[in-house]
Amino acid sequence: MIWLTLRQFRVQAAIMGGALVALAALLALTGPGMADDYDRGIAACEAGGDCAVFTRQFFDDHQALYQTLVAALMCLPGAIGLFWGAPLITRELETGTHRLVWNQTITRTRWLVVKLGLVGLTATVSGALAGLMLSWWAGPLEKAGAEQFPRMTPLMFDSRGIVPLGYAMFGFVLGVTAGVLLRRTLTAMAVTLAVFVAVQLAVPAWIRPYYIPAKVTVTKMTSENIEGLMFTDRREVKVRLKQEPGIWELSSRTIDSSGRAVSSLPSSLATGACAPPTRAGNAANAKERCFSEITRLGYRQKLTFQPAGRFWPFQWIETGLFLVLSAALTAFCFYWTRRRVS
Amino acid sequence: MTAVLRARGLGKRYRKHWALSDCTLDVPAGRVVGLVGPNGAGKTTLLNLASGQMAPTAGSIEVLGAQPAESPAQLARVGYVAQDTPTYSGLTVAEHLKLGARLNPSWDDALARDRIATLGLDPRRRAGRLSGGQRAQLALTVGIAKRPELLILDEPVAALDPLARREFMQALMEAAVEQRLSVVLSSHLVSDLERTCDYLIVLVDSRVQVAGDVDELLASHHRLTGPRRDPSRLPADQHVLTESHTDRQTSLIVRSDGPLHDPSWTVGRISLEDLVLAYMSRSGGAGARPALEALR
Repeated sequence: MIWLTLRQFRVQAAIMGGALVALAALLALTGPGMADDYDRGIAACEAGGDCAVFTRQFFDDHQALYQTLVAALMCLPGAIGLFWGAPLITRELETGTHRLVWNQTITRTRWLVVKLGLVGLTATVSGALAGLMLSWWAGPLEKAGAEQFPRMTPLMFDSRGIVPLGYAMFGFVLGVTAGVLLRRTLTAMAVTLAVFVAVQLAVPAWIRPYYIPAKVTVTKMTSENIEGLMFTDRREVKVRLKQEPGIWELSSRTIDSSGRAVSSLPSSLATGACAPPTRAGNAANAKERCFSEITRLGYRQKLTFQPAGRFWPFQWIETGLFLVLSAALTAFCFYWTRRRVS
Repeated sequence: MTAVLRARGLGKRYRKHWALSDCTLDVPAGRVVGLVGPNGAGKTTLLNLASGQMAPTAGSIEVLGAQPAESPAQLARVGYVAQDTPTYSGLTVAEHLKLGARLNPSWDDALARDRIATLGLDPRRRAGRLSGGQRAQLALTVGIAKRPELLILDEPVAALDPLARREFMQALMEAAVEQRLSVVLSSHLVSDLERTCDYLIVLVDSRVQVAGDVDELLASHHRLTGPRRDPSRLPADQHVLTESHTDRQTSLIVRSDGPLHDPSWTVGRISLEDLVLAYMSRSGGAGARPALEALR
């Protein structure tokens, strides 16, 4: 059975192997040079004191390739589900060959164990390899982009560390499940794609933020911790706090003295305490006056976030979640194939 | 003699529709069994139940004295060539033999190679590029080289041209004789089975109409012709299957276990095809369609 599975799977395996080798070559060729550039640049700018300009420049220079690779890694599990998972059993059902193979001296259960095991293992290993390679390569970019694109935030988180392994396994099993349920390869592919994308959107939006209760800070606004304060035409006020680098900001809103979120500060501020300074000289004074007035009125900024240090706990939790989902779908596939498919 | 196939009140339902109902059969070993009936009569369902591809909704079925497909050992004893003789179109002929060898401990590789050589198939050719007849022969080879005790074939020749049909049936019969196989073979055409089968099961509208040894069936069914009369006044041991009347004449096909004594009848033998047609057209309402199918 192992021979047959490998024989049926060899084209897909070769394509995946080729893609991984190409990725490895690309990363191995560009990675060390990029790391050297970063180390040299940091050494040079630290002598001068401020590295903000350098890191921004460095990140921008490599951004195109970086985003492409992140996008490719996000697509990989979906592709595995579509092209490995969905046809794995439906192709047999569509051509009737399941009737040939199920009547050899092999039980359906063993047939499925070998097929799911071998191809699923390859899928998982491929996902893990791609994820680890990208993590290694993107090390300098991670440091340079810690403020713009922290690795805790969606997309960066999804293509880093060990979660690609969980996604790859889940994508594969999802494809197989859709296949045995729908029994049509094309329909199964479409459904796999739709469900996989939905899961990839739903998890970062509604599930991941709650793995560990988020941290909440409520701070007075001062000229030191505020990065920007904008009054818009529609009487809304937007406040940006200076943040610790690397956090995943879930929400940041202004609350009033009773703790309720408000969408705007009183408009009197815009003409009163926070009016633009008339003379350039007392700009600093004006800022100070503005913030002390805001604080006097009881307005504070409430920030909900996941700290940067939770990256690895979150990686383990999310990988575990996807492994559990995959296990449940696998159990369902076994049940369904043994009982319902004939 | 043990039964190769033993069914008791066997039934299979798909949602609300019974594909097979109340099927009770005892098929003896060492026979070539023809399972005949129109399309949709439940032949494939019965064979799928016998090979363990699906589980019955009602009743029980035993094949070679055991539950179908209950264990690898049981799977090894039953060969199955499914409808349309499926093969892996991307795999070569040689790879199909390798598949058989890898998946069956009882595989007879010499036999398989011999058959492929006799058929003149190129081992390097992909199954997808074989003709329908060659593909059927390849599927049969995989089924036979597994060395089963019972070989089940579901409409193996339905898609073949007359010449390929004859070659396939010939190959099947040779294998059955050489290996002392029991064979169960389905078809919607009586003519496919007429020359080869010595046991017949007629399945119409999900029910078994008649089952038995072909010679015994032919000996106990007669065509009676005589002056017009009411067939309900026949003796109790004579069952009328079909009747047709003209102004003066009545023509009947009857099953009778005892001898026929009434001298006013002209008694004629009937062919297997007539017998099957009589049972097909007898079953309620659906008379026209099965008859057409059987004549095709």
